[in-house]
Amino acid sequence: MSLTTKQTDRVTHPNSSGPLARRAFIKYSGASLAAGAVILAGCNDATTLTELANDGRARILEDGTIDLGSGDIGILNYAYALEQLEAAFYMMVVEHERFDSMYSEEEREILTDLMYHEITHREFLKAALGDKGIPGLTPDFSSVDFSSRESVLGTAKVFEDLGVGAYNGAGKLLADVNYLLVGGKIVSDEARHAAAIRDVINPMSTDFSGDDVVDENGFDKALMPAEVLAAAQPFIKEKISGANLPTR
Amino acid sequence: MNLNQLLNIFDLSQTDQDEIKSVAMRRGFIKKASDFSLKAALATLPVALTFMPKIAKAQSSSIVSVLNYALLLEYLERDFYKKALDSSGLIPSGDRAVFTQIHKHEAAHVEFLKSALGSAQGDQPVFDFTAGGMFSNAFSDYATFLTLAQAFEDTGVRAYKGQAGNLQSADDVLTAALQIHSVEARHASMVRRLRGKRTNMNIKGWITNAESDGAPEACYAGEDNVMHAGASLNDIPSLSDVSMEAKTEAFDEPLARNEVLAIVKPFIVKGT
Repeated sequence: MSLTTKQTDRVTHPNSSGPLARRAFIKYSGASLAAGAVILAGCNDATTLTELANDGRARILEDGTIDLGSGDIGILNYAYALEQLEAAFYMMVVEHERFDSMYSEEEREILTDLMYHEITHREFLKAALGDKGIPGLTPDFSSVDFSSRESVLGTAKVFEDLGVGAYNGAGKLLADVNYLLVGGKIVSDEARHAAAIRDVINPMSTDFSGDDVVDENGFDKALMPAEVLAAAQPFIKEKISGANLPTR
Repeated sequence: MNLNQLLNIFDLSQTDQDEIKSVAMRRGFIKKASDFSLKAALATLPVALTFMPKIAKAQSSSIVSVLNYALLLEYLERDFYKKALDSSGLIPSGDRAVFTQIHKHEAAHVEFLKSALGSAQGDQPVFDFTAGGMFSNAFSDYATFLTLAQAFEDTGVRAYKGQAGNLQSADDVLTAALQIHSVEARHASMVRRLRGKRTNMNIKGWITNAESDGAPEACYAGEDNVMHAGASLNDIPSLSDVSMEAKTEAFDEPLARNEVLAIVKPFIVKGT
């Protein structure tokens, strides 16, 4: 598996955001992407365990449900699941045959950047989790019309806002301060994404930091895993369980 | 459990303890401040609960210190946008909605932090947004205003991020700080992209490497870091063909308090 293109798709380099760069990129995702069944994170070693492991590792229950695990590992798996979803989504968007005609140059740059950022988050978490990680998930984007700007951008907005709320809510659930900092480093990037996508949908309005997500105290959402997983589950074929994640 | 023990659980400041005792006395739960009993404690509980936001958010001197630091930065941003919105001819009408929304949030952050800190809040600072003349046209030249706005927002994001670890002992304070932090990041993204459009620069919503785009470089020092939780993104084989630009954009970096204070110091006339 190799990612054969560099991310230099900036407005100042008009040639790099064209089909060539993307075509090279598609090698990364392989033929399965075209077939619509993408297993994006490769094979991990989550195993079938009858009981929760002491190290909090993910496991696959007998009915096939993927249990995210417990403690900090569980929270990292929770984040890893969301990043897999986001990365898969933007890969589908960028790979779409009408990508060039559906979006402006600025929009293509944003969507391509978001794809690389989410891939970076995903691969970082995968590496950090090692054999304690969940397997690669199979996304279910049957509710998304990738030939519709409205559907794609609306879904992007949902995913980015959900990601922001998820990381904000998960901060207090982490025990290791180093992971808390990593979460902080990622969540502000997700918030930057959310603002950009919202501004693309409704330019120069207040929506980038809209009253629908920011409350009267000027607070963004902070969501608990149960709420986030319920929102994410329809986009994931495997059943995900956060039953052993920390709660407080 | 007596009243003192109850108040100790909440780790109240002496001022807040005195206030609760005073309320308890006025309501006849206790006759004098030194009367502590379980009955008085339970009777006072509803009073204490009304203090919960303040109590929970200002549990210790170190947390008070972090919140006062945040309050300083929020005052800076609030006053900066207020002055800009009041400067006729500075912000084009089509861009006012954005800055009105940002100002609204910064003002809300100030009010929240003031109420969380209660009597422990620091004095309202006095600012000089020209930084002694360095940005003399901050409120007459839109490009200069946008440069400062970008610098303040990106620095604000880094400042909150840098304090997350110091708030880990207090769940609700940490969560509140994270909720403010991501709003600052939304602002930063919008201001950066807006500035790029208005000044014909290529500025993305996210920070590439440690590029400062003409804002003070100190605001972006270290943003090109790729080491996270002890691991380098450059050591992950599946990311070997992802550019450094993307890797550095994907992770924002914290700034320590002394680094942030050094950045904002030129803008502060009075108050730390």
